[in-house]
Amino acid sequence: MADTSSLPLLDRGRTIAPAGYNRWLVPPAALAIHLAIGQAYAFSVFNKPLGSLISGDPAKPDALDWTPTQIGITFSIAIVLLGLSAALFGKWLERVGPRKAMLAASLCFGGGFLIGSLGISLHNIWLLYFGYGVVGGIGLGIGYISPVSTLIKWFPDRKGVATGMAIMGFGGGAMIGSPMAVALMGQFKGIAPQGVAPTFIAMGIIYFLFMQFGVWTIRVPADSWAPAGYVPNAEHSALITTGNVSADNAIKTPQFWLLWVVLLTNVTAGIGVLETASPLIQDTFSDKIMGVGNGVTAAAAAGFVGLLSLFNLLGRFFWSSASDKLGRKTTYAIYFGLGILLYCLIPTLGHNLQLTLYVVVACVIISMYGGGFATAPAFLSDLFGKYQVGAIHGRLLTAWSTAGVLGPLIVHQLHDHAKEKGLTGAAAYQNVFYTMAGLLVVGLLADLAVTAVNEKYQEKGPVTAEAGGH
Amino acid sequence: MNPKPNSPAPVAAEETTGGSAVIAWLIVGLPLAWGVSQTFIKALALFK
Repeated sequence: MADTSSLPLLDRGRTIAPAGYNRWLVPPAALAIHLAIGQAYAFSVFNKPLGSLISGDPAKPDALDWTPTQIGITFSIAIVLLGLSAALFGKWLERVGPRKAMLAASLCFGGGFLIGSLGISLHNIWLLYFGYGVVGGIGLGIGYISPVSTLIKWFPDRKGVATGMAIMGFGGGAMIGSPMAVALMGQFKGIAPQGVAPTFIAMGIIYFLFMQFGVWTIRVPADSWAPAGYVPNAEHSALITTGNVSADNAIKTPQFWLLWVVLLTNVTAGIGVLETASPLIQDTFSDKIMGVGNGVTAAAAAGFVGLLSLFNLLGRFFWSSASDKLGRKTTYAIYFGLGILLYCLIPTLGHNLQLTLYVVVACVIISMYGGGFATAPAFLSDLFGKYQVGAIHGRLLTAWSTAGVLGPLIVHQLHDHAKEKGLTGAAAYQNVFYTMAGLLVVGLLADLAVTAVNEKYQEKGPVTAEAGGH
Repeated sequence: MNPKPNSPAPVAAEETTGGSAVIAWLIVGLPLAWGVSQTFIKALALFK
């Protein structure tokens, strides 16, 4: 990562909060970053326009038009780069502080859109992959972890609430990004094919500017700062450490890898629902099964996808906040225990054509998928201390990248196999849900196996801000 | 907050800059509320 030490305003020392700084300014700063980068979840809004740049008609693609698979790779690259860059730049972020990291994230994310726009204009998919996928993906990774350790330091008394608020933004980003992209493409349709390239330019600039609010608002607390009335280590849990473990030592502990499995299984299962949400509900409650005119239409399916996004957002805040009271291990046990029951129930509800209950259960499942993301930083802080927790979180996010590849792969394989056997409706998806329930059993066992980290991994003596502590 | 070292009971910061916090929350809250409302409108189609 480039050295920006010639810009003193970005130095960690200049970001230490002055006396009287309101800590409730920090979550909006974090949200500004997460709401922007959460746009990645809405990338599919570009699928049809990008697939008809030559023909101009999504229904009649030209031989030179990009295929859905080619376009889909852009998102996959971005998610893989998210995990890799979060893992690679985590320690750098802890050293230089959140402001520099957020600025780097805004430059990468906004710049990724601009390079992507050039790729679209030149109809060069490799430039789109490089721009939105690689450069933008690095912005996603750095941006995702940049406010986490700062929030934990500002809210040692409400770690779950604080990180839940920020990570909620990543879930909400698609809700802004999707309608904004549709509106901009409509506006620019007259000046470029499908209006996509100018939309990329506009979004790159808008997101860069919006992220600057976070960059220039974020502050780290002074070393001695603590919330009024806060008693350190007042929580009565054997899992909450009083020591600090470095990122390099954390990955040597079984606890880190158990949490990696916990995140992997929770995300893989959730992606199983998100990935297939639209065809799933249309196939399960089709006109053929429900009677002509009673089936779920494409518009209603889009509403279902929107509802899942909303519960993805709400779950991040609700479950992460609840974990402050319930404890992280118990909260994950609920995700998995309740999740196993609900994943097994969904095919039955589909067979019985209970649409409302089906939607409710899917929403609860997705709320726990979001909750799994948001509870992870607080769990890491409990186990490893606040020193380098951002860097440890970054390394944990490689589980997300893995799940991003594994989840869709499992779903498509099982669904294709069911279709080959001639299964239709809910039956075509039941093995998907039962397999995901099986994955959640693995996650539950991993969660239950988490114990306190052995003291031999802890840092000896005080930790410094420059080394990533604070 | 209290930046002095070794101070166990710092002053709560919330009382001093409440207005700027409200503005900050509006800056991120308004776009989010717009996005949520758009999603909610779309979701209504499911129950028609």
